[in-house]
This record gives sequence, C-alpha cells and structure tokens, in this order.
Amino acid sequence: MLFGITWDTSNGDLAFALSILPILLRGMVVTIQATIAGFAIAMVLGLIFAVLKSVPLKIVSWPTIVITEFFRDTPLLVQLFFLYYVLADYNIILPAFATGALALGVQYSAYMAEVYRAGIEAVAKGQREAAKALDLSASRTFTHIILPQAVPRVVPALGNYLVSIMKDVPVLSVVTVLEMLGVARIIGDQTFNYLVPLSMVGGLYLIMTLVASALVRFVDAKLPKRGLPFK
Amino acid sequence: MSEPIIKFEKVVKSYGNYRVLNDLDFEVARGEKVTIIGPSGSGKSTVLRILMTLEKINGGVVSVGNEPLWHEQGPNGLVPAREAHLRKMRKQLGMVFQQFNLFPHMTVLRNLTEAPMSVLGLSKQDARERAEELLQLVGLADQLQKFPNQLSGGQQQRVGIARALAMRPKVMLFDEPTSALDPELVGEVLNVIAKLAEEHDLTMLLVTHEMRFAREVSDRVCFFDQGNIKEQGTPDELFTNPKEERTRAFLKAVLEG
Repeated sequence: MLFGITWDTSNGDLAFALSILPILLRGMVVTIQATIAGFAIAMVLGLIFAVLKSVPLKIVSWPTIVITEFFRDTPLLVQLFFLYYVLADYNIILPAFATGALALGVQYSAYMAEVYRAGIEAVAKGQREAAKALDLSASRTFTHIILPQAVPRVVPALGNYLVSIMKDVPVLSVVTVLEMLGVARIIGDQTFNYLVPLSMVGGLYLIMTLVASALVRFVDAKLPKRGLPFK
Repeated sequence: MSEPIIKFEKVVKSYGNYRVLNDLDFEVARGEKVTIIGPSGSGKSTVLRILMTLEKINGGVVSVGNEPLWHEQGPNGLVPAREAHLRKMRKQLGMVFQQFNLFPHMTVLRNLTEAPMSVLGLSKQDARERAEELLQLVGLADQLQKFPNQLSGGQQQRVGIARALAMRPKVMLFDEPTSALDPELVGEVLNVIAKLAEEHDLTMLLVTHEMRFAREVSDRVCFFDQGNIKEQGTPDELFTNPKEERTRAFLKAVLEG
C-alpha cells in the first residue's frame, strides 16, 4: 500500500499493473513538477549567468565562468547531496523537493547559460549598432533589442534540456523525493515484482518525453523567427 | 564658412598595422551637405562610424559641436571619454545604415518610437505623433503597423531614415544608404534624402557610390584615398575638372562601370 492505494498481487500481472497505475501516476505528477520547477530555475539562472559572463569586467565574468564550470563539471548527485546534507549542518534545511528542484536548476543553468550566450551572440552586429546610434542604454538594448531576437532562436536547444531534466529527476529519489521511479522501486521492494512497475515507468517516461518534445516543437513553431514581436 | 560642427584633427584609426585613417584633417560646417566618395578601404565609412561612436580612434581629436567626441576635459587636459559623455554626444547624431538595421521584431511604429520614448522621455502620444509626421515625410504613412520583413528594401531604408530623424539629430550620417538595394528601389530612397538636403539646418554626411546624386545634393564632395582626403571641392570642380590623377582614375572607373 502506498498513498493509501492498495495493490492487487493475486490476479495476474495485468490486474497488478492496473492496481499500481494510480500510484505511479502520483509519482509521475511529482516528476513533472520537479521537471518544471528545475527547468524554470535553470531558465532564469542560466540567463543571469549568460549576462554576467558577457560583462566586460573580468571581476564579474571570471567568477561566473568558474562557478558555471563547477556546476557543469560535477555530478548532479554530488550537488544534490551537498545541498541536502551539507547545508543542513549550517541549519539551512530545505524540503527534499525544493532541494531536488534547486539542484536540477543549478546544474542545468550552467548548460543553458552557454545556449543563451550562443543565441545572444548570433543576433546581428548591426542591431547593436543601430541601438547605439539611437542612444539606447545598454540595459534597454539588451532587454528590448537583443533578448527578444535571441530567445526564439534558442528555444529548440533549451527544449532539449527540458527532456534531459525530466530524465534526471529519478536521481532525486536518493534524497527521498517520491518521484515515479522511486515509487516503482518501493512497490518492487514490497511485492518482489520489479518487472511490472519498472516496465511501466519506462513506458510512462517514453510518453512524457514524447509529449515534452512535441510541446517544444509546438512552441518553437509558434515563435516568430525574427524575434518576439513588439507592437 | 560658418564654424564647423564636425572637426577631425590628425585622426588616426588603424586595425593592427593597417592604417584606415592616416592623420585625417576634416571639417564640416553647420548645415553643410558633404559627400564622401572613394574606393573601398579608403576609410570613408570609418569616418561615419567614428562619428557615431561605433569605432574608437587611435589618435588625434574628433569634435562635434566644438566639444571633443572621444575625449573629456580632465584636470590635466583631454582624457578618454566615459560612456556617459558618449551617450550625451550621440544624441546630436543620427545614422542610416547600408543594411538598414531595423529592429525586425518591432513594427514600423515601434521602430520609430522606441528611442524617443526610452531615451528622450517622450510620451507615447508625442512619440507617435512624431513618428507619423516622419513617416508622412518619407511617404510611408500607411505602413506603421507593418513589420520590417513585410516591406521592400527601399521602404525599409526609408523607415531607417525616419527612425534616425525621430531623435532630431543635428547631423545625419548616411553610410552607403542605397548600396544594398535593388536598382529600381534606389530612386525612392535618394528622393527622400534629397528632400532632407533642402533643410538648411540639417548637417548631412553621406558616403555613396551614386555619383550623379552626389553631384545634385552636395555642397562639397571629398574624394578619399588611402585614409585621407586626396581631393575635395564643389561637385562641379571635382566631377568636371578633377586635379588629381587618382581622382580622375577613380571617377573614370566608377562612371564607366
């Protein structure tokens, strides 16, 4: 029994599968929530890192490069343990879900910073020059001229990370987040039937990633290629 | 001639070992319409780009309206300008680019109101009125809700001109404004520029390969070669009776090409 839902182990695999489906779906909701939260954090933090990296002052750009390299080149699990166990020693106690979402967001923000940077650099040089000739401030140029043109170009690349984050969510089960794979393992531990729940997790994951990919393609198709419109 | 609004004194610009501008001395009077012609690589576009603060100088002094552009008055003479000074100076200049450089994600109206609102602090209403007036001037009053990619090249460039004018600059810089256009669209852009040239307050600096047009609109034509002015004079002097062999060769090549 999990989440108050009991399973049926005595009427064959199909009945067992059907009985644990609602439990796995509960786990799937957590997986989706963690994906969205992690992705949102990564999108925002990644953009901040991309901006800080491009600041011409070395005192700003260098520490940012070091930090993002650190995030990129250390395992997600290490970062997760660090946030969950080490911070607790300093009385910073985050709930398991928040810790997990933060770890995902931080790691992927480092990847996304590079994607944003590529998009920002791909905006034609003439756009910056025109903005300068019109005496627009640096921040106005960035937010109103560069970014609206850069973001639509990088949507497919950012979207790939959405799927990657989704596939990394099971790592959060080690800090007690009850996402789909963790739930399946508990069911397996208690019923000694691992084949059915794990197969179902695989199938459900496939559905989720296909839907996520379709969503990214849809958003990409909807975005005007010349930039987000400013009326 | 009245006092110069633009003044280059011994200006040097180099890329590595290559000197684009070589101790250039150059003046433009208030209200004067000056055309710069010359072979590619002669530094003519660089003059405009330095004025628009898109390129730094490596030596000498550039002044706009009697104030140094790339320098500020420090306690012990001139020091390199900071961004605040550059921003103040830029307000006096407007630039029209060869590739138009309109903001593709903004409507024509937004292209024209963005800077007046965010830089000059105009209200939405005032900025819109100014934009409509200017679009009238360039003959595009009915296109203000279009996006740049819905316009022809000639129309885009006319929007580019209107966008620069919306900041009410004292000096307009035209960097080969018709070079990227199909031949049949060149005329409509030149007409607009010719109309502007009739305004005697506006100082105009034009880099172009349209010799006939240069002859019609300019008070003075400067022939640039190897980073300096090789020869200059009224259009009549320069086009009908060039003194320098280099000028003659260039004009012959361009006019017969």
